[in-house]
Amino acid sequence: MNVVVRYLPVVLLLGLWEAASRLGWISPDILPPVSAILAYWWQLFKTGDLAKHAFASLWREGAGLGLSIAVGTAIGIIMAVSTTVQRLVQPFITFLYPMPKSALIPIIIIWFGLGHSAQIAVIFLGCLLPVILGAFNGAKGVERALIWSARSLGASPRKTVWDVVVRGAMPEILAGIRVALALSFVLLVSAEMIGARQGLGYLIAFLGEQGEYAGMFAVIFTLVAFGFAADRLYLAFSQHMLRWREA
Amino acid sequence: MSRAARLASIVSPAVLPVLVIAIWEIVARKGLVSTFLLPSFSGVVVRLAQDIASGEILWSAAGTVMRLVVSYAIAAVLGVALGVMMARVRMVRWLLDPLVSIGFPAPKISFLPIFVLWFGVFDKPKIVIAIFACVFPIIAGTWAGTQAVDKYLVWSAEQLGTRPATMLWRIVLPAALPSVFTSLQVALPIAFIAVIVAEMLGGGGGLGGTMMEYTRLADPAGVFANLIAIGFLGFLAMKGLEWLRRRVLVWHEEVQRQGDVVS
Repeated sequence: MNVVVRYLPVVLLLGLWEAASRLGWISPDILPPVSAILAYWWQLFKTGDLAKHAFASLWREGAGLGLSIAVGTAIGIIMAVSTTVQRLVQPFITFLYPMPKSALIPIIIIWFGLGHSAQIAVIFLGCLLPVILGAFNGAKGVERALIWSARSLGASPRKTVWDVVVRGAMPEILAGIRVALALSFVLLVSAEMIGARQGLGYLIAFLGEQGEYAGMFAVIFTLVAFGFAADRLYLAFSQHMLRWREA
Repeated sequence: MSRAARLASIVSPAVLPVLVIAIWEIVARKGLVSTFLLPSFSGVVVRLAQDIASGEILWSAAGTVMRLVVSYAIAAVLGVALGVMMARVRMVRWLLDPLVSIGFPAPKISFLPIFVLWFGVFDKPKIVIAIFACVFPIIAGTWAGTQAVDKYLVWSAEQLGTRPATMLWRIVLPAALPSVFTSLQVALPIAFIAVIVAEMLGGGGGLGGTMMEYTRLADPAGVFANLIAIGFLGFLAMKGLEWLRRRVLVWHEEVQRQGDVVS
């Protein structure tokens, strides 16, 4: 019941959209009715086109993001633990952080061509910095007393990093990854629209060239749903990971 | 600090960049990687200087900056207004909350072809997509910040007979300003990403459009020169915003504490 009331505005908006298009307030060429979009979606789904492109997109997304999480967390923690590494790497990060990552797409297309590896590289490089910063700030903020206690109780340096620093930094690591998650979708779709032969971003651009506007909206709806689902799943995952924390 | 330590702290930040550039230059010069994939660093610098001298890159940058500034300003006003309204007006909150929670994580850039269809191919779709991309974090940040304003502050002001308009401008907005600024700082790179992608796909000049053109012409030095210009602009914009934050929030404990915010 609560959910119904909460999401009622979305239903209203879609209803208004349908009416505007059906009743000719806005030309259906410009804004295809929602029902036509859903019909097109079903068609894309039935022919297997949607699954094919969605699979390509999700694979790139997962691979790029997974790599950036593994590498970024490691770099961030190492930076926090070692002042030397921090001094060496920090100027790089301060300069690269504000760079709009989409600017890397042409160069990566030159390097990697139009296949999976180009999109994976774009996502990896784009998501690396938010993950590094989250891990670095988190690890820097871990209470010194906790580290000292662990050390004085005989934990090895490696065990201290693993059990105390990484755990203590977890809230900020997870927050950094959430930023990266949103960014990864943007970079995925951008890279696929600019240079790819597969994937949902490519499918939008392709349908657009064919003049299939209902189809474009169908794919966009799919992407919006993916983004929403990923965000919700990730929130649930974070809460699970942080269940030891006092609220 | 001893002299040696001071020297080390000055020199060490430059070590890695210098090393990377040196390796880049050597790899490119020795032809270990084809110049098509990696033009030499010195070649890129020369190219950048040429493009600045001819004014070409300045012209592209002006186009990008214009689109960025217009869309960012509109998104800031719109986002802050909607965010405050969501926090203060129940009806607006009910209406917008689900839309924001769906819109926030959505890859907004996927609407770009639709906006091209609606608004043509020139500046308009690029500005609209950038607004659409970066307004959600501003709404969400302002909303959260306004909602978190100390209740006692508001009640005290009410007790002292503050009128609603004064309440908004003198109490609620200043108190929410730090979170608003944070959301604006989050939104800027998002707007920049959207503008660059829109230029790459839609042409019509700008740094993104020029980059794409050089990619098609197989002119990697030109691509890298534009990339450096984009990086520089991004850096400048973020630093500018940080400076503005310190100026505007000079009364706030955050600045007085001189907490060097690591961003």
